[in-house]
Amino acid sequence: MLNRTIEPAITDAVAFNLQLKPYEYYKLDNGVPVYVVDAGAQDVLMLEFVFDAGNNFEGKNIVAATTNFMLKNGTKQKNAFAINEHFEFYGAYLNRNCYNETATVTLHTLSKYLPELLPVIAELFSECTFPEEELNIYKQNQKQRLEVNLKKCDFVANRLIDEYIYGLHHPYGKYTSTIDYDALTREDLESFYKAYYLQGNCKIFIAGKLPSNIFEALNTYFGSLPFNQKTIQPVAHSIEASIEKKFEIINDANGVQGSVRMARHFPNRHHPDFPKVQVLNNIFGGFFGSRLMANIREDKGYTYGIYSYLQNHVQQSAWMISTEAGRDVCKATIEEVYKEMKLLQEEPVDTDELHLVKNYMMGSILADLDGPFQIMNRWKTYVLNNLNEDYFYNSLQVIKTVTAEELQLLAKKYLNPEDFYELVVI
Amino acid sequence: MIEFNRFVLDNGLRVLVHEDHSTPMAVVNVMYDVGARDEQPNKTGFAHLFEHLMFGGSIHIPEYDEPLQRAGGENNAYTTNDLTNYYCTLPAENIETAFWLESDRMLSLAFSEKSLDVQRKVVCEEFKEHYINKPYGDVWHKMRALAYKVHPYQWMTIGKELSHVENASITDVKDFFFKHYRPVNAILVVAGKVKTDDIKKLAEKWFGNIPMGEKYNRNIPREPLQTEARKLEIHANVPFDAFIKTWHMGGRLEQSYYIADLITEVLGGGGSSRLFQSLVKEKKLFSNVDCYHFGTVEPGLLAIEGKLVKGISMQAAEEAIAEEIHKICSTLISEKELQKIKNKTESVIAFEDMAVMSRANSIAFYELLGNAQLINTELEKYREITEQDILQYSLTLFKETNSNTIHYYSNN
Repeated sequence: MLNRTIEPAITDAVAFNLQLKPYEYYKLDNGVPVYVVDAGAQDVLMLEFVFDAGNNFEGKNIVAATTNFMLKNGTKQKNAFAINEHFEFYGAYLNRNCYNETATVTLHTLSKYLPELLPVIAELFSECTFPEEELNIYKQNQKQRLEVNLKKCDFVANRLIDEYIYGLHHPYGKYTSTIDYDALTREDLESFYKAYYLQGNCKIFIAGKLPSNIFEALNTYFGSLPFNQKTIQPVAHSIEASIEKKFEIINDANGVQGSVRMARHFPNRHHPDFPKVQVLNNIFGGFFGSRLMANIREDKGYTYGIYSYLQNHVQQSAWMISTEAGRDVCKATIEEVYKEMKLLQEEPVDTDELHLVKNYMMGSILADLDGPFQIMNRWKTYVLNNLNEDYFYNSLQVIKTVTAEELQLLAKKYLNPEDFYELVVI
Repeated sequence: MIEFNRFVLDNGLRVLVHEDHSTPMAVVNVMYDVGARDEQPNKTGFAHLFEHLMFGGSIHIPEYDEPLQRAGGENNAYTTNDLTNYYCTLPAENIETAFWLESDRMLSLAFSEKSLDVQRKVVCEEFKEHYINKPYGDVWHKMRALAYKVHPYQWMTIGKELSHVENASITDVKDFFFKHYRPVNAILVVAGKVKTDDIKKLAEKWFGNIPMGEKYNRNIPREPLQTEARKLEIHANVPFDAFIKTWHMGGRLEQSYYIADLITEVLGGGGSSRLFQSLVKEKKLFSNVDCYHFGTVEPGLLAIEGKLVKGISMQAAEEAIAEEIHKICSTLISEKELQKIKNKTESVIAFEDMAVMSRANSIAFYELLGNAQLINTELEKYREITEQDILQYSLTLFKETNSNTIHYYSNN
């Protein structure tokens, strides 16, 4: 007779010997580094160009993101429609994204169509025209989109909490108004494009099932562009954090929920506490089985979900707690978060809970290394944060060995209510 | 070609195994043949609430998540109008933990009052987060009610109103469980680094002695053919006017489903699609416009929606959409355009098939439709579609009498 009360034996994921598949590394003739992971069963690939062209480098709000967006909106040879049609004809996706330090152009395609797509990507990096007409449509539609988003309390809360932590003049803290869109000109985009794309600093990441001549193909189209000819100096922005720490905003008088954000400053990935705090964060609010979730969702039913995380920034991070809670329980939610912090400071995490979180974290890393795109994304994070494989193996070691006592000390160091900014937007 | 082995346990549980030894992970996917379409009109949102309760402890195991997390695994679930799906991924060595957990909650839930009490609140917060506290959040509640007069697709999976979820009782929960969550109404798909022989043994061991239950025979009235255009006006505190229109389209197994799918690509798939080029870029009437369909098992809806550029009249926006509809109903699409949308379909399928979890989920879905082998003939069905098929079906689909329109006006 089967005894269903007994849990089947498991192999501890903590014992896994996880390996991060190394990348191959090349340099194009112009010095552009190429990181390659050739793996996977499906005939698909991901090719990403990363430029030092994030909003860190702009002199005027939203210039970096607009330049990045408009890369697809016209070249000397093709209008926006023709560019879109070309990629879509081959079933390919060409996306672009702008971040704080970097801006990217990412291609996902069936491997067989790569030869038709590379020359058009090269065109975007050498002869964009930024047509006035396209810019006007973009401005108008982005302004409308912004107005819709400003009605959402979560969108407003995300902007404000960053402003409080970093200040409006810091790339991590600033945000856009409709006035910023109105102030944009073609000339802003052209000069940003020239400095940070045409003569910019580029890195290439490619993963998937790759053609054997991939390096030659990349070198043919991108190896003689005037990339990486000079060093782009990082721009230093000082943090102007808010003195006031508690905020309550009514964005919609009839709102039925509040967006709760709580955050404190935290160092970047190079700080020795970072990997250990990742473990502590998981226990606190980092996954579905966390204490915040168990208490505030699964016991109290105040919210559909609550999470804590370390922001994914290069220079400086923040430890953030984020949830949408019922309007009348926002205050109670904040109190419960502080209670959970206090508990982590006063009592060491018990053995079973720590064991579970360690296994869970190892299991998720194993799952996250499954597939060429995921492997490359992890490498990309390391490269862009100036880290190497030691960081990966050190983080695994930390998960395996960190003790309840160490975590308690970290809780005492970092989970003090007086360090936290507190915001409710209804 | 996605390969799998299939067998059926004595209690009617269908088991499909898809081996992929290139991944270190295993996926255990349990799909139940019950969705929001199986709810009573006065107890809507129940299938979805139930999905939450499935994590509130089963008869022998007080807590579902913890043992799975301890085994290095993760899980999630979703409910649609058609079905409810639960899936977990975990290191393949620890697959038996997933069998233990999934079989116990198929055997019986713990039916805890506390869990019901908390999850009612959680689901109400989910309802607020997605449908009340968002501009335009009510539009699909209203569109469904407009388009379906008989069929239960007239409500969303979250439910018609908060009170239905708030009033759910433990008796409702028990009845629902023993009616729908029986082996005979379920499909188990196991995928990843596994061997079929091992899975047979595990399936027998953990699921074999669960009572079969009664086969649930769905008896849902067909939505009668719509014979006149329906229109609704909404006035709300939103920043811009919006236009939303839907048309009834074919069910998942009909050829017309595949044609409608391609039609959404012609009209709304990406930066070179017709609606975007004409209405956003050339005429500048909409700030954004989309065309898509709901992918439902029974006859569904194809939708066009967009927000109007400030200052543009609803009439001008509507006429411009009608012009594009008229075009696809009167002129054959070009060979190049057809090739483009077929290439895109090929690419979408290839990218979806990358993740073993997504393959497991698709196998379960096609088995639910009646034949898991359909997963391997999808692309062929799209390839067979011709320019004439698109023109012909557009004429039926886009009849004005088959349409439902919402004019969503801003109060500002």
